[in-house]
Amino acid sequence: MSILLVLEESSGKIRRASWEALAAALRLGPAESTTAVVIGAKTEALAAEAATRPVGKVVRVEHPLLANYTADGFLLALEQLIGTEEPEYVVFPHTYQVRDYAPALACRFGQELIGDVVGIDDGPVFTRQLMQGRLIGSYRHSGNGPCFVSVQAGAFRPDSNVAGPDSSASAASAPITTFTPTIDSAQIRTKPGEPFRASHQTVDLSTAQRIVSVGRGIKEAQNLPIVQELATALGAELAASRPICDNGWLPMERQVGSSGQTVAPRLYLAVGISGAIQHLVGMKGSQCIVAINKDPDAPIFEVADYGIVGDLFEVVPALTEALRAAKQ
Amino acid sequence: MKIVVAIKQVPERDAPVRIAASRKWIDESDLQWAMNEPDAYALEEALLLKEQAGGEVVVVSAGPERVGSTIREALAKGADRAIHILCDDLNARDALGVARLLAAAVKPENPDLVLTGLQSEDVGLGQTGVIVAELLGLPHATMILHVEKTGAGLRVKRELEEGWFQSIELPTPAVLTVQSGGNKLRYATLMGIKRAKTKELRTVSAAEFGPDGASTVVLEQIAAPKKQKSTQILPGSAKEAAAALVEKLKTEARVL
Repeated sequence: MSILLVLEESSGKIRRASWEALAAALRLGPAESTTAVVIGAKTEALAAEAATRPVGKVVRVEHPLLANYTADGFLLALEQLIGTEEPEYVVFPHTYQVRDYAPALACRFGQELIGDVVGIDDGPVFTRQLMQGRLIGSYRHSGNGPCFVSVQAGAFRPDSNVAGPDSSASAASAPITTFTPTIDSAQIRTKPGEPFRASHQTVDLSTAQRIVSVGRGIKEAQNLPIVQELATALGAELAASRPICDNGWLPMERQVGSSGQTVAPRLYLAVGISGAIQHLVGMKGSQCIVAINKDPDAPIFEVADYGIVGDLFEVVPALTEALRAAKQ
Repeated sequence: MKIVVAIKQVPERDAPVRIAASRKWIDESDLQWAMNEPDAYALEEALLLKEQAGGEVVVVSAGPERVGSTIREALAKGADRAIHILCDDLNARDALGVARLLAAAVKPENPDLVLTGLQSEDVGLGQTGVIVAELLGLPHATMILHVEKTGAGLRVKRELEEGWFQSIELPTPAVLTVQSGGNKLRYATLMGIKRAKTKELRTVSAAEFGPDGASTVVLEQIAAPKKQKSTQILPGSAKEAAAALVEKLKTEARVL
């Protein structure tokens, strides 16, 4: 039994999603059998951070051409490492970066990535969402060769010694080795630019105490005022799910979800939002969640504390009125 | 520029989802079907590129006979011709199996660019485009919102997480997976619908691309999700439910 866990970093620190992937890896095998992998041009600090967690060893995959992420560079480096280590499982956090290269990496070994995993049961049987969260599917790996798995954010909770250094055994630190892949600059075909943000950010939803969020159920841009009135009556910020911002009905900066902002207000009121996982990961940390939706099977009700199943065009104005009446 | 766009037909978003008796997939009878939305954005990006720089847009789609209606829709929107990979067991194939079919159909076309949506709205694997690139040996980039032709190749705008973006340059031929929202989807015009009927739609059998490799990942069963919280559903008319909610938020949740 051996597990390769590929950690992802951001601004010189290992991302929390990586520790969630470690929590998932520990469901597949013991810490001793897990090899944590850090990748880059300078990985010493990252490796030291990883060595404090419950892992058997840490491998620094280091090369000057890995300074910035490219699919070609990461594919070459990890293909060589997997060829050497021959793990049974390769586990990743399900980030945008992993989605960019892991399917091709699995393909190089004649395998398919089991992506976006939200649960691991005995077997192992991996569960992931289907039909925008309205169903879940159980998957099993049946190929000869490594099983590639990526883990959805928020699905596995790292306990304290996974999430942070184990203070009780601070002397214990996993051994660190370095692996130098062979990469030629001609093999890297894409030229990535520096990350940038959209022009200017005027709303910070992450500090809002109350949020009213609107989704596809609103049907037309001209129907938005009823939701704006509800937000005003509640003293809440107005937010939206991705399709509303895609259509240009509200600015992108008001988008909640994996590609937008992550929020955790005291009250999150979702209007006409079905609750695809990309949206849920951005708001399920909210203290109190209310959902208004015409479909009783909408996945948003799986995370809601209170729900009203009904036509939002009737419920929203009624709610605005009830809130105004309650204030008087 | 010659562009191939891979599109998928998926159940319409509001279609009721019923689990089939086999518990392996959904019951497809009485379903309405539509073009996978991210693929529609990929098609739109291809049509915009063609309008700017000329060339040809070829649509390729795998699936049973019903997929023809989605292919006609793409032709009506402005694609020049189409390839339908006739395949009755698309759901039984894993992403690698589907990507093999698509790559086999794309390869003899020798396109400058292959576009597809970043994921499907039914199984949502988000892998097909990346695997097609790998199988064809082409460079790729994912979650693309905008494509611009440069002297040497392409400059693309890639979405990162939490509101960040990145510009990437890459040579052609290349494969890109397109994120929704980068452009505005067009509707098919009456003239477009009329013209679509005369455009080339070539049907090839999946069997022509050789035997299907064994799946390495098997979907064993589908089920309704387990609830993470016990939701209090507030009954009654809109007015009654709204009044009850305000009361609960005040006295029980204490968030008002």
